[in-house]
Amino acid sequence: MASRDTAGLGVGRAVAFVSPALLLIGVFLVFPALWTIYIGITDYALTGPSSVAPSVVGLDNFVEALDDALFTNALWLTVVFVLGSAVIGQNLLGFALAWLLRGARPALRRVVEGLVLLSWILPSVVVAYLWIAVLDRDGGTLGALLGSPGTAWLVEYPMASLVIFNTWRGTAFSMMLYGSALAAVPPSQLETARTVGASGWQTVRDVVFPHIRGHVLTNTLLISLWTANDFTPFLLTAGGPNHESETLPIFIYQQAIASGRLGYAAAISVLLLLVNLVVAALYLLLLRRRS
Amino acid sequence: MTTRQMLRRTGYVAFMAVVLAFFAVPMLWLASAPFDSDPGIGLRWPDWTLANWETTFNHPYALGSLVNSIVLCVVATAVTTVLATLAAYALSRVRIPGRDALLYVLLLLSSVVTGTAAMVPIFVMMFQLGLINSQYATGLVIAGGMLPAAIFILKDFVDSVPRSYEESARVFGASPTQVLLHVVLPVARPGIATILVWAFVQAWGNFLLPFLLLRDVSQQPAAVLLRTLKDEGGSANLTVIPVFSLLYAVPVVALYLFVSKRYGFRFHGGIKA
Repeated sequence: MASRDTAGLGVGRAVAFVSPALLLIGVFLVFPALWTIYIGITDYALTGPSSVAPSVVGLDNFVEALDDALFTNALWLTVVFVLGSAVIGQNLLGFALAWLLRGARPALRRVVEGLVLLSWILPSVVVAYLWIAVLDRDGGTLGALLGSPGTAWLVEYPMASLVIFNTWRGTAFSMMLYGSALAAVPPSQLETARTVGASGWQTVRDVVFPHIRGHVLTNTLLISLWTANDFTPFLLTAGGPNHESETLPIFIYQQAIASGRLGYAAAISVLLLLVNLVVAALYLLLLRRRS
Repeated sequence: MTTRQMLRRTGYVAFMAVVLAFFAVPMLWLASAPFDSDPGIGLRWPDWTLANWETTFNHPYALGSLVNSIVLCVVATAVTTVLATLAAYALSRVRIPGRDALLYVLLLLSSVVTGTAAMVPIFVMMFQLGLINSQYATGLVIAGGMLPAAIFILKDFVDSVPRSYEESARVFGASPTQVLLHVVLPVARPGIATILVWAFVQAWGNFLLPFLLLRDVSQQPAAVLLRTLKDEGGSANLTVIPVFSLLYAVPVVALYLFVSKRYGFRFHGGIKA
């Protein structure tokens, strides 16, 4: 064992090198995650008597959530948001782009990839303004393009707007992942498919898909996790109008900060943490099985 | 060309045209509105002027918030890069008991405990510690969130650095610290540079944590100020928003271009880099 320690670091010094990072991770990541569980079983509030002396209420917050129409609404909207923009939108568009750009002219390929990547790397506050400019009622670009201004897309169709927006925002990741996955499909098999006259769709289904099945699964898990935790919808619609686009992250924010119900918001956070844990564990399991 | 091929070709061109328009149209606003004498919310050919830039520079908080962003990012980036480098080096070279389990948990943590899921306890913790409105504390919180991913990426880089360099340095009597500073760091530079840029871009774009933890406008970074410009007095400040959006977005794009030119656009599994 000592012979493998080529740097001569020694276990003692190695531990000293690792501990500052672990300390920070412990204080700002592990402790908050565990503390959420505790706050979630209290009636802790931002103001009023229970802000000074919160009392433990057990599972009351969780029971209340089941009856809370706003919570079930948020849960449903999050499912719609994840299915629409990540599982369907980003997945399909990302794959289509990766597949169709393989044989494209280098100039076209560079321009498309550049734009798709740009929409991914721009800060969220900026992309929110870009889309407000597209979807606004008065002088919004979409209204002008359709020749029918006066539709406040973000107010009349908030969830549809968010789904389109998030497809635009996140497709880059799927495009890149499928791009590198497609490189692993044996060219000889694609050649055979072409000689027997298979259509594009048949080639994808029978030749390509069996090779990238694992990538499809891991990609879907990751983008679903990110989308479910995305706070950017807040910057576009702030959950409105009348809770119509209030996904879970916005719901937690509104309960915790706007209404000051920290205990209740923490209980909802615990549920989100649990879902994240299941999805992430599944992802790691798949990765491990593949390697 | 058969009809079928022609149809297919037309379909391809049409699809690409729609995709290009879909991705390009929202961006155009960022190119036109900052220079328009009457910037509206929508897109139009601008009546060119630089007056918006003057107004933006005279805005009481605009430039200050960019400085705040830099302070926040420097704290978060420096802490992340230094601590992640130390940890990644030690984890790569020494088999600390329980190392593999630790790495596994780190990878799990980096995706499970998101800013959204942990916003309540983090807000409560900083509130009780009296650290609301502290830029340094906010920088540390952001660093804590980035560290697991940073350690993971860096460990991969350090693993690929050949051990023979360190062995030679050891043979010539270098101390472990000297080996780290003069042998490992120079060789692992592309990895460290990637983490540096990645951490900076993440911290620069982070909205939620500064929005929660920095309530005083004089402490807020550009991300938060840009958002509040919309709510100020009920209507959006359309003279300042486009210019300020552009100013705020440029560093991110420049850093990405720099990294992809210099080191190639790398793709780290599930991590946005």
